[in-house]
Amino acid sequence: MKYTSQQVAKPYFVFALILFVGQILFGLAMGAQYISGDFLFPYIPFNVARMVHTNLLIVWLLFGFMGAAYYLVPEESNTELHSPLLARISFWVFAAAGVATILGYLLVPYSRLAEITYNDLLPTMGREFLEQPTITKIGIVIVCLAFVYNIGMTILKGRKTVINMVLITGLIGLAVFFLFSFYNPSNLVLDKYFWWWVVHLWVEGVWELILGAILAFVLIKVTGVDREVIEKWLYVVIALALISGLIGMGHHYYWIGPGKYWLWMGSIFSALEPVPFFMMVMFAFKVVKQRRHEHKNQVATLWALGTAVMAFLGAGIWGFIHTLAPVNYYTHGSQLTAAHGHLAFFGAYAMIVMTIISYAMPILRGRPQGNPRTAQRLEKFAFWTMCISMIGITLALTAAGAGQIALQRLPEAGKALSFMNTQEKLIPFYWVREVFGLVFFVGLIAYLSSFFVGKTDKLANA
Amino acid sequence: MAEQFTKSMARNIYYGGGFFFFLLLIGLTVDTMLDLPKRDHRENITIAVAQGKKHWEDNNCIGCHSLLGEGAYFAPELGNVFQRRGGGDEETFKQFLISWMGVQPLPIPGRRKMPQFHLSKQEINELAEFLIWTSRINNNDWPPNIEG
Repeated sequence: MKYTSQQVAKPYFVFALILFVGQILFGLAMGAQYISGDFLFPYIPFNVARMVHTNLLIVWLLFGFMGAAYYLVPEESNTELHSPLLARISFWVFAAAGVATILGYLLVPYSRLAEITYNDLLPTMGREFLEQPTITKIGIVIVCLAFVYNIGMTILKGRKTVINMVLITGLIGLAVFFLFSFYNPSNLVLDKYFWWWVVHLWVEGVWELILGAILAFVLIKVTGVDREVIEKWLYVVIALALISGLIGMGHHYYWIGPGKYWLWMGSIFSALEPVPFFMMVMFAFKVVKQRRHEHKNQVATLWALGTAVMAFLGAGIWGFIHTLAPVNYYTHGSQLTAAHGHLAFFGAYAMIVMTIISYAMPILRGRPQGNPRTAQRLEKFAFWTMCISMIGITLALTAAGAGQIALQRLPEAGKALSFMNTQEKLIPFYWVREVFGLVFFVGLIAYLSSFFVGKTDKLANA
Repeated sequence: MAEQFTKSMARNIYYGGGFFFFLLLIGLTVDTMLDLPKRDHRENITIAVAQGKKHWEDNNCIGCHSLLGEGAYFAPELGNVFQRRGGGDEETFKQFLISWMGVQPLPIPGRRKMPQFHLSKQEINELAEFLIWTSRINNNDWPPNIEG
């Protein structure tokens, strides 16, 4: 660690992982509800569990991104963070707001939560992923502004590397596009059209810049490859991400009201969306092959390569499978969408956060050459367990989606099964998904345990 | 990557490409906004439809159902529920919705459960108005069949 202010990243990483555990627990509960519909009812109805599952995901990833930025920006800028105090305050504000919101979801009926948070003054609630009370959304904006300001000031006074510039562009985009969450007209079509300006322009737009910047940073550190080479790759990857992803948003506009030209525009551009992810795989492997030194933190390199591969599979391949309009006509809103969502979010975003944590946490804990050997071995086991089980979850959901399409969507009216009857037939696939979910949870426990083992080893960096 | 492909070329593609395609997105959005009134029939968004959307949101319906294919995939698609459960007749659909929501949660063990939301008759009527309006959006004929 070059600068003491990088330490502010630590609570962000720790809290991110705590929320991650919560996310998985609620995921397991929902998986059980797919098998036995009344599981936990009426205490935790499915809609509540789902809201908690997805919101925890978003919030822990944001904590992860913030931790990543607080760690890497001072180092890249060659200067201390502009205000470590502001970073600490916004951590507590964000954490408190996050916990309060989740408790609100769990403790009172949603309509009551809307009432007590005065949603009627500026109604923004009740839309997928944007379920947070308006007051929480305002809190998120304030935290993001404080965060972007802090990171921006640090970059302004320091070295403006490509990684820094790409990261700050992504972060500003994240903050700006979130503002669309406050636009909620009574016209559902307009609501949906601009809802995607938050959701798509985050995950298939500016978040890819953040992903690219973090990955490039970690690769520079663990391989020692010349910055010039890595920066060139980074530009190529994010250029392709934006070129394909911006108009690629059209794949969300097929069936919600906008006109016909989105069918082919969306198809063409979103068919290109796997390209930047493929380039990222090439880039990561090429750079690791050309490495100038053997970093003792081997598992960080594994995460870096893994996130490139899994993002390519989840966002690239599983996205492409159902992105063309004639295909999407049958797959839209099926379990195939859920399959893609799981692998893409895990591969691209959960894994990039674990990549930076795997690299940075040991340093923050005074282990510049990585964790002790036993800890790394356990972390590698966790890596493979989580990756393989997530692929298992994805395959199970893909099979469920294919079954759903065959039974419910493809047959003509009269011959098609109803939604509920179809779901009953898919239960075997949901069992497979749940079992892989449990394996994933084992991997997660192993991952968390890896932070606590090996203290008695002879330190690798001694 | 080939040596003649320099970092500054890559940078220019990023800034130029990103900027160009963002402008294109804005342009297409303006065009779509001009086109949408013909497709969403916003002239039919009455106070009841708007209130119905509010009830839809206040009870987090999207947490289980999908609407025009978006949302959760735990409960049936509701963009065409007006046709599926009301046969395209407004009165039939409203009557159906009032009785259906009244009997939730269905006492069938193991079946997925819809909570009881305690909506008034008027609120359910507004919800129905919203779903009827939604079913008439020109959305390129999705879903493929009545089952959603």
